[in-house]
Amino acid sequence: MSEYSESVNTEAEAHLTEAHTHGHLVGYGTYIMVWLGLVALTSITVTIAGIHLGSLTLIAAMLIAAVKTSLVGYHFMHLKFDNMIIKVFVLVCLVIFLAFWILTFSDLSFR
Amino acid sequence: MANGSLANEVSYLEYQGKHKGIAGWLLTVDHKRIGLMYLMAIMVFFFVAMTLGVLMRLEMLSPGQTIMKPQTYNSVFTLHGVIMVFLFIIPAIPAVFGNFILPIQLGAKDVAFPRLNLFTWYLYMTGATLAIVSLFTGGGAADTGWTFYVPYSIRSAQNVTMTTLAAFILGFSTIVTGLNFIVTIHRLRAPGMTWFRMPLFAWGLYATSWIQVLATPVIGITLVLIMLERFLGIGVFDPALGGDPILYQHLFWIYSHPAVYIMILPAMGIVSEILPTFARKDIFGYKQIAISSLGIALIGYLVWGHHMFVSGMSDTSRIIFSLLTFLVAIPTGVKIFNWVATLYKGSIKFSAPLYYVLAFIFIFSIGGLTGLVLGALATDIHVTDTYFVVAHFHYVMFGGMGLMFFATMHYWFPKMFGKMYNEKVAVIACTVIVIGFNMLYFPFFILGYMGMPRRYYDYLPQFQGWHVLSTVGSWILVGGIVFMFGNLLYALLKGPKASMNPWGGTTLEWKVPSPPPLENFDEIPIVTGGPYVHDKSTYIMHPSREKIHTNGGAKSAKEEAAL
Amino acid sequence: MTEHSEIVEHAHEAGHVHRDDEASKMAMWLFLFTELLLFGGLFLLYGAYRFEYADGFKVAAADMNSFIGAVNTIILLTSSLSVALSIAAIQRNQKKLCLGMLWFTILCGLAFLVNKYFEWSHEIHNGIYPGGPALENMSNGEVLYFGLYYVMTGLHGLHVIVGLIFIGFVMVFISRDKITSTNFQKLENSGLYWHLVDIIWIFLFPLFYLLH
Repeated sequence: MSEYSESVNTEAEAHLTEAHTHGHLVGYGTYIMVWLGLVALTSITVTIAGIHLGSLTLIAAMLIAAVKTSLVGYHFMHLKFDNMIIKVFVLVCLVIFLAFWILTFSDLSFR
Repeated sequence: MANGSLANEVSYLEYQGKHKGIAGWLLTVDHKRIGLMYLMAIMVFFFVAMTLGVLMRLEMLSPGQTIMKPQTYNSVFTLHGVIMVFLFIIPAIPAVFGNFILPIQLGAKDVAFPRLNLFTWYLYMTGATLAIVSLFTGGGAADTGWTFYVPYSIRSAQNVTMTTLAAFILGFSTIVTGLNFIVTIHRLRAPGMTWFRMPLFAWGLYATSWIQVLATPVIGITLVLIMLERFLGIGVFDPALGGDPILYQHLFWIYSHPAVYIMILPAMGIVSEILPTFARKDIFGYKQIAISSLGIALIGYLVWGHHMFVSGMSDTSRIIFSLLTFLVAIPTGVKIFNWVATLYKGSIKFSAPLYYVLAFIFIFSIGGLTGLVLGALATDIHVTDTYFVVAHFHYVMFGGMGLMFFATMHYWFPKMFGKMYNEKVAVIACTVIVIGFNMLYFPFFILGYMGMPRRYYDYLPQFQGWHVLSTVGSWILVGGIVFMFGNLLYALLKGPKASMNPWGGTTLEWKVPSPPPLENFDEIPIVTGGPYVHDKSTYIMHPSREKIHTNGGAKSAKEEAAL
Repeated sequence: MTEHSEIVEHAHEAGHVHRDDEASKMAMWLFLFTELLLFGGLFLLYGAYRFEYADGFKVAAADMNSFIGAVNTIILLTSSLSVALSIAAIQRNQKKLCLGMLWFTILCGLAFLVNKYFEWSHEIHNGIYPGGPALENMSNGEVLYFGLYYVMTGLHGLHVIVGLIFIGFVMVFISRDKITSTNFQKLENSGLYWHLVDIIWIFLFPLFYLLH
């Protein structure tokens, strides 16, 4: 299986090589392991919600959701194998979204 | 540079595909025809909204009721705003000139997704039709202002739902256009065209497209929520159910402030195209201008709160937003100084597009500087919701984007239609427009400062002098605009043939015939230098004829090819 | 036939318009960003109102059946797995396995919707709907909670339906060999969409079912 060629000389060539690329082969086992991890995290989050931790409950739940999301993104959505540019795109999107939160809460939490 | 084989090819205007006549346009996937279809639609709506604007000025000619009732006035300013913002200012330059010129400037035969491109036009037309239909159906045209602020937009008996639906669909149309442009710029640049050899118009569109993709969905969901609240009575923003109307304003401006940069960034890109052409000189500070486009886009996401200084949000966030707002002046200043420096020691050829650009720099600077008055907390509280604000955003929106739209019409007119307009008439029309513009909007600054509130159909008698001056200015402005379009229409029908490169431009669109053939290039060119080099050609138009292999010209592109 | 096909034909001779999988993947990601921010606005509202009405939100969330929520989470996670496996299968030219995995995904999606249907009917039966008798007597925080609950899970459900339609089309393409081991970007893109739907649920689940 050919890899996404990082060292292509021209855009035209880049198109040619990528058009016939087969992507990376990932074993079925890997995906199933990731799924098991996701299910485990789900049961952890349910369990933690049952314990009274106060405001920590929210933080724990969101952290676990973030870990689950990165597992899905990295493995299932193949971010692992994507070109740098797509990773940068995702990062930009998340940073902008985070900025929306911070600035909105700069209003709400000081009102 | 002579394009022997290309010159014989039929232009995109005459090309006959599977579909003839009108279907050849309505089913086309050619980016140039789609650009022209956008142009026609957008012109219609521009004239509708302009007429509404003139009617508003007529109402303000004298105190009290002049030609319309208060309720009608509310609907008229709402529609003027909605149509101008969503149907003209936001889509005009990207959808018309971005579509037409971007692929040619990049050395591509079309955008990345031609069918999706046509789809956006149909979305646009659907949204536009809904906006027009909402005028005459339901309880009558929406009267909330283009901002649809809650709780009034939830309670208004007028046809707000349909207008918001129209805005939602139009937003979707611009998202898809933006997505298409980002992919086009990443994937379809000609060999050798590195990021820093890309024309600055493309940089402007790139920054714009990112805003379209990352900000528009937020208003999409906000408008959907308004519809749901009106239809189903779901509690989200309604204060009677515990909702927070200020949160609506946050969500609205999270999109609508970046949208201001959707409007202006492509216009700034075109300034950077026209100046080097008519100054016969490479642009000064290419990289700074390119990067400052991205800078403006980025900061543009972080300043929305300055629309809400008097809404009741916290002092902390007011100070933060005010500070961030001042930061926008930095990349904008970088651009303005670089533009002026480009003119320095240039061999300047005065021509209609350049006159518009010079007027733009002057008017936009006034708009920008009065923006600082509004960005500072103390002064903003004094002039909030007065004519001062109206003057400010007409100086930046109309004086900025509108004038550049006119400039672009002239600059690329010969390329798009292969005809030449009358230069003298164009310059006279430009002069009339600039005079009328300032006469119409400058009194607004004074009226606003004196305390004239916006969105009122009536006013105190002592304001009448300035109102009359402004109304007369609106007649002069409209006269100039009609004159200008008359000149272009006449040129379209009876103008002399335009050559391939009437202005001596250096970017790729001037290396193909006017009007361009269906596929723009018979061979994908190779780019060997920057976009604004005047004394030597930085393009190899027929690599195969000159026996150059694509590898050679693109070595320097190596590090960027992966992008 | 549209003019497009002709341009493509013509363009193929000129060697210009070609299949560009990287471009179509990039476009799909950009589209996912718009979806993310569409929901992002709602998450922001949720965060803001939870901040303002912490108690009301806790009371309202206690009403939810976290068991059904957890079952739906597992269902969606499993469907994500089967989509990922279907791509691995088409890469290995295992067409039957690939189609089987996609059938399984569709079943999961339908099961999710059925669960959702029963859940909503249960709420509505209890008078929790806009203007409903139960909601009338609730505090502001609870009203906002249920407003957001209906909007967010409703919009999410809509995305599940759209995702199922995408997968349906892709299955037709696979069975007609339009999608093969060397040309599966369409499947990949539908997969990306389906995973996004899953990710959104990963956040909706704790926010609406667990934090009481």
